[in-house]
Amino acid sequence: MPYTDRVDYVAAMNCNVGYAMTVEKLLGLEVPERAEFLRVVVGELNRISSHLVAVGAMPMDLGAATPFMHALRERETINDLFEMLCGARLTYNYVRIGGVSFDLPPGFTEKTAAFLDHFESMMRSEFDPLISQNLIYRRRLAGVAPISAATAIAYGLSGPNLRASGLDWDLRQDEPYSIYPKLEFDVVVGTGEVGVLGDCFDRYAVRVGEMLQSVRIVRQCLERMPDGPVMAKVPRTIKPPTGEAFVRTEAPRGELGYFLVADGSDRAYRCKIRTGSFASMSILEALSPGWMIADLVAIIAAFDVVAPEIDR
Amino acid sequence: MDLISILIVVAKVAFVLIVVLHFGALMTWAERKQAALIQDRIGPNRINILGVKALGLIQIMADGLKMIMKEDFIPAGAHRLYHTLAPAIAMFPALVALAVVPFGPSFDVAGRHIELQVANLDVGILFVLAVSSLGVYGIALAGWASNNKYSLLGTVRATAQMISYEIPMGLAIIGIVMTYGTLEMNKIVELQGEYFRLGGLPILPKWGIFYQPLGFVLLFTALIAETKRTPFDLPEGESELVAGFNVEYSGMKWGMFFLGEFASIVVVSALVATLYFGGWQIPYVNLMALPALPRVLLGVATFFGKVIVLCWLQLLVRWTLPRFRYDQLMHLGWKRLMPLAIANLPLTAAWIWMLGGMKS
Repeated sequence: MPYTDRVDYVAAMNCNVGYAMTVEKLLGLEVPERAEFLRVVVGELNRISSHLVAVGAMPMDLGAATPFMHALRERETINDLFEMLCGARLTYNYVRIGGVSFDLPPGFTEKTAAFLDHFESMMRSEFDPLISQNLIYRRRLAGVAPISAATAIAYGLSGPNLRASGLDWDLRQDEPYSIYPKLEFDVVVGTGEVGVLGDCFDRYAVRVGEMLQSVRIVRQCLERMPDGPVMAKVPRTIKPPTGEAFVRTEAPRGELGYFLVADGSDRAYRCKIRTGSFASMSILEALSPGWMIADLVAIIAAFDVVAPEIDR
Repeated sequence: MDLISILIVVAKVAFVLIVVLHFGALMTWAERKQAALIQDRIGPNRINILGVKALGLIQIMADGLKMIMKEDFIPAGAHRLYHTLAPAIAMFPALVALAVVPFGPSFDVAGRHIELQVANLDVGILFVLAVSSLGVYGIALAGWASNNKYSLLGTVRATAQMISYEIPMGLAIIGIVMTYGTLEMNKIVELQGEYFRLGGLPILPKWGIFYQPLGFVLLFTALIAETKRTPFDLPEGESELVAGFNVEYSGMKWGMFFLGEFASIVVVSALVATLYFGGWQIPYVNLMALPALPRVLLGVATFFGKVIVLCWLQLLVRWTLPRFRYDQLMHLGWKRLMPLAIANLPLTAAWIWMLGGMKS
């Protein structure tokens, strides 16, 4: 389980959850409801922090250093929250097969709620006027390297990069898992508001929109959090029966799929991980010809790739 | 020219040089602190001498010391002479351009009339334009002599950018020349001490900004582009070109580019303050009526106060905006600024004609 933290170190929680779900599917294990809620809370908080890195790094690659600092300042608070929860700030190893490792510490709910309020107002009053509405920034991204929905599907793009092309496809709604069916949120899709549908600005705008949706999800979860245990009863050594399982979840960088083959021992016979960044990078060769070097910087930044995810 | 006159000139040169270089150094500190302020950080606050931190000001000394002590590296295949010469040439125009900027009111002492300006040229503004154009040579030499593809790309960008933006810059300045009818910087400042009057009451000082608001915006934009800082920092766009034309420079040579950049910010501010904000004039205060000493002190303080505000404005721009793309840069320069600058001229002419001719 700790290894899955490293698949995408910017969104380690989401990687944990995917792996745990795959093993649970092999075991046929039922996870306590409170644990499911906690998984969604940390997953969505991690989605916010991951997207913050993305929308902060994009302006920085385009020459504006300030928004990055503002974005990372908010991310710090999320790291603090996770530190309260599990003691780690980057590679959490919080999710366990059968549940999560710790219940909420006292004060976590209040602090999270305060952060969400602060975050929402920060996005509106600081981040949007500073960079989202910035004329130079919009012009730099508008119409750059548009991807049509058909091309996006052909190259296996997923997550925000796919939705930026105008396609309403989100595993949390279209192939629901965990407690997502019980939650209310919108799927943010690209609109081509400043240029062409599926351009770099859409990829940016989708991420900004998704963060605000994640805020909604976390709020609902905190409100409806049931009582109960956070771990199911699992044996000390987990030996899934022979067989194979595939589970895909909606991670911040696209669909994160785990394919596990078990041979009856306590180790996986085979484990294949499908990541979003890998697919995103594959389209680069087809997409980049004809654009300027400065645009290439914007294109790569807009895909929000993280290196270990490309290294498959 | 007798010995004392020569001494006076030398003293003025020394004063301007010292002030500009110190301003440049202080700007590095101001930039760090301002950036930290915008980005919700603290900025330099650790470095100290025997516990004296002085708000991080000691950082400047540490930076200077670091740059001097670093290895002065000339890459293989570089042209040694040009590589060494380039930083000096890049820094030179910024310092020379200040020679014609009056930084205080004139005064008489011991029977001599002293003007606080290194050289009172008849063609002051032309001189500034000519010298600032020279800046491009330093950059061009630096990039070419480094024998590095990124340097060369940066140089090409820098050259194209500086030449493009010089045209709107020149045209915007012509507006000022038309308004005040002189190329002499000194005269321009003097004329800005007068007022638009309504029924004999002074309403507004006759500052360039009130005559030429459009010209001010154009000139300021073009001048920021000339300093090659964000949003016009394409020549050094670090995500594309590593560091642009100065990528092969280290130690104090790089430091000279760096200092040159900050010195040019000061020059830009000094120029704009002189042409558009009345130089050393304080609105509604007749400095020339005061005795020599307070007049000079107040005048010089006012001038540098204006310079500091304009420098600060440039820092704010630097830390707020992202970088243009090359085609957008050219678009802005040729298709936006230039037509506006040309349109500004007949507008100015009509304005002067309507006012019945502005006589100096």
